[in-house]
Amino acid sequence: MDGISLLTITVLAVFVGFEVVSKVSSTLHTPLMSGANAIHGIILVGAIIVAGQAHEPLVLAVALLAVVLATANLVGGFVVTDRMLEMFRGRKRTVSADKQREDAR
Amino acid sequence: MTLLSPVWTALLYLASAVCFILALKGLNSPRTARQGNLVGAFGAVIAVVAVFLSVHLENIPWIVGAIAVGSAVAAPVARRVKMTQMPQLVALFNGVGGGAAALVALLELTHSEDGWVRVAVVFTLLVGAVSFAGSAITFAKLQELMTTRPVVFPGLPIVMTLVLLAAVGTGAGVVLSGSQALAVGLMLLGLVAGVLLVLPVGGADVPIVISLLNAFTGLAVAASGLVLGNVLLVVAGTLVGASGTILTRAMAAAMGRSVAGILFGAFKGGSTAGSTAVSERPVRSSSAEDVAVLLGYAQRVIIVPGYGLAVAQGQHTAAELAEALEERGVDVDFAIHPVAGRMPGHMNVLLAEANVPYESLKEMGEINSEFKTADVALVVGANDVVNPAAKTTAGSPIYGMPILEVSQARQVVFLKRSMRPGFAGIENDLMYEPQTTLLFGDAKDSLTKVLGAVKGL
Repeated sequence: MDGISLLTITVLAVFVGFEVVSKVSSTLHTPLMSGANAIHGIILVGAIIVAGQAHEPLVLAVALLAVVLATANLVGGFVVTDRMLEMFRGRKRTVSADKQREDAR
Repeated sequence: MTLLSPVWTALLYLASAVCFILALKGLNSPRTARQGNLVGAFGAVIAVVAVFLSVHLENIPWIVGAIAVGSAVAAPVARRVKMTQMPQLVALFNGVGGGAAALVALLELTHSEDGWVRVAVVFTLLVGAVSFAGSAITFAKLQELMTTRPVVFPGLPIVMTLVLLAAVGTGAGVVLSGSQALAVGLMLLGLVAGVLLVLPVGGADVPIVISLLNAFTGLAVAASGLVLGNVLLVVAGTLVGASGTILTRAMAAAMGRSVAGILFGAFKGGSTAGSTAVSERPVRSSSAEDVAVLLGYAQRVIIVPGYGLAVAQGQHTAAELAEALEERGVDVDFAIHPVAGRMPGHMNVLLAEANVPYESLKEMGEINSEFKTADVALVVGANDVVNPAAKTTAGSPIYGMPILEVSQARQVVFLKRSMRPGFAGIENDLMYEPQTTLLFGDAKDSLTKVLGAVKGL
């Protein structure tokens, strides 16, 4: 892809990025940070490409390290965000929480 | 052999990018946040499948193995981490992402002949390394492997300037020569710069730095996309870079600070470095039974939870206390300061985990006008976020930070472990006011006693 197209895409992505988070309530700042954190784990795609072109053992080793790190970022990021968000449930109660209250009485 | 034509690949990358945008969009509202995150994960799966099908890859068994190792390490940790330790985990994941971007750029340098591509390589190397090292230090600070206070030594600004100048010089060398040895040197300089950048940041400012480093990693990923000519990396990285920047500013604004002030404040000595001295001034302390009477016969109680509640794992007890009071007809709300806990919104997550209904969690702007109608403000393990010094004492490290106006409530009850000052290390004059009562002890123990006493009323 030529430079100008990439520049166009980059600039448009900046605006989308600004726009999409500009009105978030502070309640969701932590999950949002964590979700954005997971998204940059997509560097995994780059790591896979580099590892797939490696011919020397040293290059392959470094590339595989990048794959491991990127996967940790991607998978861990989405899982931890999901765990945080699992907890925003509104007024419904879980069985275990009700049980805890029974026990407490 | 490749199964997908470039057009199909481009379409799959587009679908993946759309998923990421929808994910960030979904995270704007509590109702759609969880689906949003899942859409994001789906987008990532599409992208990974697309790369396997569209690029001629060697070493596929190795790559699949490495992905399996990364998942096997990260997923269980993310599943099991305590919610109080989540900020440092996010810092860790962010750091490894930055490290991965730097390594990708390092290896891709041999394939880049074009000067501008090499500039992108240099940017990725440097920013990725800064993010990696900076995140490692924030992790160590939040995990309390090292002091949470700012670490400053004389000459730090000079050292930092020298490192950055050396990095610029080395970067120029890399662009001109394409030397991988110089690139490794640049990466090492980036690591040093990352450490130096975060060391002087302390206390409540650490989470803002995580967010900033998150944006950095995004930018590094975007630059690596330019290096590889991969549109998806450019779009996803830029999205994170842009949204991370906005988020960082929003967090800093919630604390009444500027991002530059946080990063460079300690260089001038005006950061959140405080004292741990214990004051000798008299305070009014009281028993759990007295507090229970105050709460049980009030009409309106506002609970202000802080990090102390979270470390004591007292969220569940706080939720039960709120419920017991509501059963008695008391109107109970939770007032959440934007930076309560260790990250903005962290306290909401902790309370949501304890099944406090989302509707009872009130944001600062919403609840501040209601303190004057409250009979009791119950401050549990919070200190800095209710400290009037933020409004009145111009020299105070937290001066300018918006606070919860608990002093306007008729009675203020502090549940505190000791008279030690809070995270920012500043004394709180509110504790010596006549309307203030203190109940000393671990937040969870105190809450349990108060809860028992309320039930016995």
